[in-house]
Amino acid sequence: MTTMANEHGDPGTHTGQKSRLDEVTGTHTVGHEWDGIEELDTPLPRWWLILFYLCIGFAIIYVILYPALPGLTGATPGVLGWTSRGALASELKTADASHAGIHAAIAATPVADLIKNPVLLRAAIEGGRAAFKQNCVQCHGSGAAGSTGYPNLNDDDWLWGGDIGTIHQTLQHGIRYPGDDATRISQMPSFGRDGILTAAQIEDVVSHVRTISRQEPASAAAQRGAAIFAQNCAVCHGANGEGGRTVGAPRLNDAIWLYGGDRASVTQSVYNAHGGVMPAWSQRLDPVTVKMLAAYVHSLGGGEITPAAPAATQ
Amino acid sequence: MNAPDSRLVERMAARPAADPAQLYAKRVAVFPRKIDGAFRRFKWAVMALCLVVYWGTPWLRWDRGVWAPHQAVLIDLAHRRFYMFAIEIWPHEFYFVAGLLIMAGIGLFLVTSVVGRAWCGYACPQTVWTDLYQHVDRFIDGDRNAQLRLQNVPWGSAKLGRRALKWAIYLIIAFLTGGAWIFYFADAPTLSHEFWTGSADPVAYGTTAVLTVTTFVLGGFMREQVCIYMCPWPRIQSAMLDEKSLLVTYKHWRGEPRGSLKSAQRQLDSGLASLGDCIDCLQCVAVCPTGIDIREGAQIGCITCGLCIDACDSAMAQVGRPRGLIDYCTLEDSERAAHGQADIPVWRTILRPRTLIYFTVWAAIGAGLLFMLGTRTRLALSVAKNRSPEYVQLSGGAARDGFTVKVRNMEDRPRPITLTTHWPANPNTPAGLLYTDDMDEHGARSTLTMTVPADTTLRLQLYMLEPKGTRPGPVAFQIKATDREAGQDQVVSTFSDAEGNGQ
Repeated sequence: MTTMANEHGDPGTHTGQKSRLDEVTGTHTVGHEWDGIEELDTPLPRWWLILFYLCIGFAIIYVILYPALPGLTGATPGVLGWTSRGALASELKTADASHAGIHAAIAATPVADLIKNPVLLRAAIEGGRAAFKQNCVQCHGSGAAGSTGYPNLNDDDWLWGGDIGTIHQTLQHGIRYPGDDATRISQMPSFGRDGILTAAQIEDVVSHVRTISRQEPASAAAQRGAAIFAQNCAVCHGANGEGGRTVGAPRLNDAIWLYGGDRASVTQSVYNAHGGVMPAWSQRLDPVTVKMLAAYVHSLGGGEITPAAPAATQ
Repeated sequence: MNAPDSRLVERMAARPAADPAQLYAKRVAVFPRKIDGAFRRFKWAVMALCLVVYWGTPWLRWDRGVWAPHQAVLIDLAHRRFYMFAIEIWPHEFYFVAGLLIMAGIGLFLVTSVVGRAWCGYACPQTVWTDLYQHVDRFIDGDRNAQLRLQNVPWGSAKLGRRALKWAIYLIIAFLTGGAWIFYFADAPTLSHEFWTGSADPVAYGTTAVLTVTTFVLGGFMREQVCIYMCPWPRIQSAMLDEKSLLVTYKHWRGEPRGSLKSAQRQLDSGLASLGDCIDCLQCVAVCPTGIDIREGAQIGCITCGLCIDACDSAMAQVGRPRGLIDYCTLEDSERAAHGQADIPVWRTILRPRTLIYFTVWAAIGAGLLFMLGTRTRLALSVAKNRSPEYVQLSGGAARDGFTVKVRNMEDRPRPITLTTHWPANPNTPAGLLYTDDMDEHGARSTLTMTVPADTTLRLQLYMLEPKGTRPGPVAFQIKATDREAGQDQVVSTFSDAEGNGQ
């Protein structure tokens, strides 16, 4: 609120630098005057003042208790010793503690028995889903569908076996992973590069492979290839190309191709051979996480029940 | 009793002289006098009903079998369920609650247009608890005059003792009020035991503390200030009232000019015109719980509780004049009565377009809610196709699609169901073989049977196998309950393979 000074006194002089009582409002002025405009010294509402002092008190206590005043290398720590990093750590600890029971149960359960316990299995699948997104999607893709050279984990075609125990074993020790004695290992010869087969022989054997996978009709070349196949390939891939899980030899008479099923890709595979690598996850992750990953991969639809049961009850 | 209260005179005299620049009006404490009468008794009844309902409801039991809580009214926030006797509501059915709130709003409009601020006067919690606390005041300190005296006595041990006792009772009532609230959100007997053994959730203690404080402050100290300054309803009300709304009315045409019996006699003795019926005893002011003078006309402070009617009626009875100098009356009837005309019949006041429209809208929403309640499905299916991967090529040439399936069983008992698929063009033939993520594909079959637990949404990772060459396209999923009550639901999703998704 303002009031004109010239109603009460001489306008334009700056001699009146004194507080005076304003008659209209009954309040004193602050004593300043600008071109006849004065300012009332209206007191702050008491509730406001109380709140203001409470806030100051709160701020002082806060500065003492919590990190507050910045310095050159950091802030004052505060007597409570609170840090955002510490708060996060304690929240993580709480979360871990809340999982501790189920983790212990999973740790104590042999992996093959996980699928017999619906509660543990459900927890393991969900835990595996989270771990998969952190550790596996880089190669196998977010939906575990893989890509050329990286197996699709959803399908029913398994290089080393699709029951939960075998998946677990593969995860633990990896594939062709140096530094793990129990790693899955096998080596396909480079039939072309090492001169084991001639280019014509390779063409023939490719024709045979594409015939048994029903991509090409039977032909003379395939006939010739069958003999070469029996001599050179059947020992690992099986007489009919049904694959061999003990050595991780892919099944060849099906619709699934890890490195491509067209003529050029199959030729390339025979000529140079492939050997994919997967890390031994037990060196990187804790045993429970590896178990949960096995349960998750097993749940993706291609998982096999051991022993191959005719049907579950539901 | 005929002498005007000196304090009131002071207060009224002080009003016009108030400093115009003063923006803050200091509260004038209200000490309503005890009164008996028809409206007071009605107010007692409503208060008793409100308190019994508020305190008693959580303790009502309702048998829902072994799978659901046995509390008749329960807002189970932790499990996202709302139980009200035979009705159970899930979060996706919150529109029932929204509908009830809209009905409550329109119902308030309806009540207002028919009987004015009946809500404010009788049923509003602020009114009920203020009334309760004012009874405590009278119980501890005595009636109005005693309270006034005590107010003006300087603080001493006697006054301090009385105040401490009174505030302790305030606090007990506030604690019971705040404490009762939490029982609507958990099993009352269990929570009560946990509460007193210190093992209840901190939220329970926090809620009780907050509501205890608000009850203590709002009911014990702020009282009519809540109605006059804080509550939006009186403001809405002034827009809602019309000339046909019931108001507590001082019939000034009958009462004015007012004057005590003595001055009326003096007037008569000096041969001047006789005075009106109002003997200016100020009883209407003395009993008013918001401390207003109804003779100043309709005002925002009047909650239309009718206590001044009781007070005036008893005063009129004592001086042998007809009752109803202050009475419920519409503005329209006031006008007519002031001109000596008869009142408009009650049915014409009540049955007017405005009330009928309110009632129609209110009833239509209610009927709509009832209809939805009666026809809502208690067994529901939802199917979301997995998009990563879109489909899986299997070694034999077949294709497999994954679906995330949710089966919602809203009944309070487990239900056996079957899950099947078919192509929309061919409803009688299963579309594919199904299995879930805890089976392997050798167990796949065209019909899955399972039990959905009580009051649960069952989430399944479902895989569907289709032989080589199956055309992609829409595929229907169907669940059927195989128990006596039956029931089914159907959802159409999409099957896709290397050829695309068929759309």
